[in-house]
Amino acid sequence: MTRHVAVVGAGPAGLAAAAGALRAGARVTLLDAAENPGGQYHRMLPDAYAAADPGRLHHGWRGFVRLRDHVLGHARCDWWPESTVWSLEREGEGAPHVHVLRGEADAMGRERRVLRPDALVLAPGAHDRVLPFPGWELPGVHSAGAAQALAKGERVAVGGHVLIAGTGPFLLPVAASLLEAGSAVRAVLEAGPAATVARGWTRRPRELASETGKAAELAGYAALLARHRVPYRTGRAVIEARGDGRVEEAVTARLRPDWSVVPGTEKTVTVDALCVTHGFSPQLELPVAAGCRLRNGGGSVEVDGDQRTTVAGVYAAGEITGIAGAQAARTEGLLAGWAAGGGASDSPVAAAARRRRDRGRAFAARLAAAHPVGAAWRGWLRPGTVVCRCEDARYGDLLDAARDPAGASARAVKLGTRAGLGPCQARVCGPAVTELLSGLVDAANPHHRPIAQPIRLGELANPPTGTTDQEESAR
Amino acid sequence: MSPRLVRADRDATGRRDVPLHITVDGVPLTGIAGQTIAGVLMAAGRTAWRESPSGTPRGVFCGIGACFDCLVTVNGVRDVRACRRRARDGDAVATQSRAGREAR
Repeated sequence: MTRHVAVVGAGPAGLAAAAGALRAGARVTLLDAAENPGGQYHRMLPDAYAAADPGRLHHGWRGFVRLRDHVLGHARCDWWPESTVWSLEREGEGAPHVHVLRGEADAMGRERRVLRPDALVLAPGAHDRVLPFPGWELPGVHSAGAAQALAKGERVAVGGHVLIAGTGPFLLPVAASLLEAGSAVRAVLEAGPAATVARGWTRRPRELASETGKAAELAGYAALLARHRVPYRTGRAVIEARGDGRVEEAVTARLRPDWSVVPGTEKTVTVDALCVTHGFSPQLELPVAAGCRLRNGGGSVEVDGDQRTTVAGVYAAGEITGIAGAQAARTEGLLAGWAAGGGASDSPVAAAARRRRDRGRAFAARLAAAHPVGAAWRGWLRPGTVVCRCEDARYGDLLDAARDPAGASARAVKLGTRAGLGPCQARVCGPAVTELLSGLVDAANPHHRPIAQPIRLGELANPPTGTTDQEESAR
Repeated sequence: MSPRLVRADRDATGRRDVPLHITVDGVPLTGIAGQTIAGVLMAAGRTAWRESPSGTPRGVFCGIGACFDCLVTVNGVRDVRACRRRARDGDAVATQSRAGREAR
């Protein structure tokens, strides 16, 4: 019988995984929470916009369209849009069962379905990591990803006068998206010092030569910023946002290499929006639910040479194995899909994908070296700074709870301050809270969420429709 | 200035706008088909429509469904992420507050 591979996520990694599994001869169910494939990287305009030239906003559009049309049009591929995977359930030896809700986001009465695939490829991607700072909860302060999602995905510019700050190469495409949407970008601030950024990017130049597309992309952004007279500064960050009910000004400051503030270098910039990013958080709920072993201090999923996780039948691809961008995600996806679909590990397809994947991994290491987060960022915080946005838990409360002589633990701090217990379930504050409490209390894995995505109680009470076992044997 | 929609006649993507109408706390608002509820609100110049436990205003933060800052009630159903839900003509949207709940 044909192998059935379920692929969770239809961004660069997931689409490539579907293609790899199809190429290996498997039958594929491709799921994504969005209406269209592409993920956050190829964030699509809604169909209702009837855009004549949607590719204008994207890098590598033609390649993406080719891959999308191949996968979605394939006779052995079943495409499930608006499908949220809320739980994985391990039963016996095979791949985990995949619990899915199909229908509009957060609606009542979505359809409950269960998939029982022979193999599972997890490619859920990542979301922005934003470090807390005083005033970051003000309306008009956005993650850089939000600014880009709104500009690329809806044609909404988040503001007229915008400052973009944080760390990493993602600052540049966000600036480009905002300029394209007609915003005036006041400046792009990279918190890392020039020397670290330059050292990270220029080491082992032969390795970078194979990533010619990246160099060209970088040159394009540099030219664009110059044309619009947007200053790009290193070693400078936004350390505070101020405003009455919404952001009105940003306080920037020069930073030392450890990200402590150089006193007296503060400047105030008038803005109506502020976009911030300090890297990405991989969405690890599903791999953790599947029981996959993590690496890099719990920051990413451990995979072998064929993208196999430590759990039988479960493969991982893209940002959850380490933040490396779309190009690396595609090669990992192809390899994961090929292996999950039963493709031979020693085939030329796998060998070629592995070589490209290894270049992608090297690129991830380069990114990490060029844009480390300086440990002294906590010096920006004051006792009243909101750390957990959902529960308005403040930095001072967190420290008080951690120093409570009655016995401090991550769990006690969480229950005492409610940090991480709000609707987002620590998706936003988890990494920062873990870092702020390190050395004070025992660490806890911030990605452990038994329910991976919100589900309404009524939906939980409803039995799944269709017994997918029967469906599968009937096909 | 505030957030706004790129004008269709200046949009390089060559989009075609089909208007839609929703109400927010009973006040009519016009958007275009395909926008999310967050998109409609932002294009109308609104940056905040929810209150945190301490009563401070909140709007879109992450924009991709991870942070839950932008929750609204849609046609009587609470806790819908405005950045993820496409607006439909006639949707009755109500803002939400968690203010006063912090004393648990």
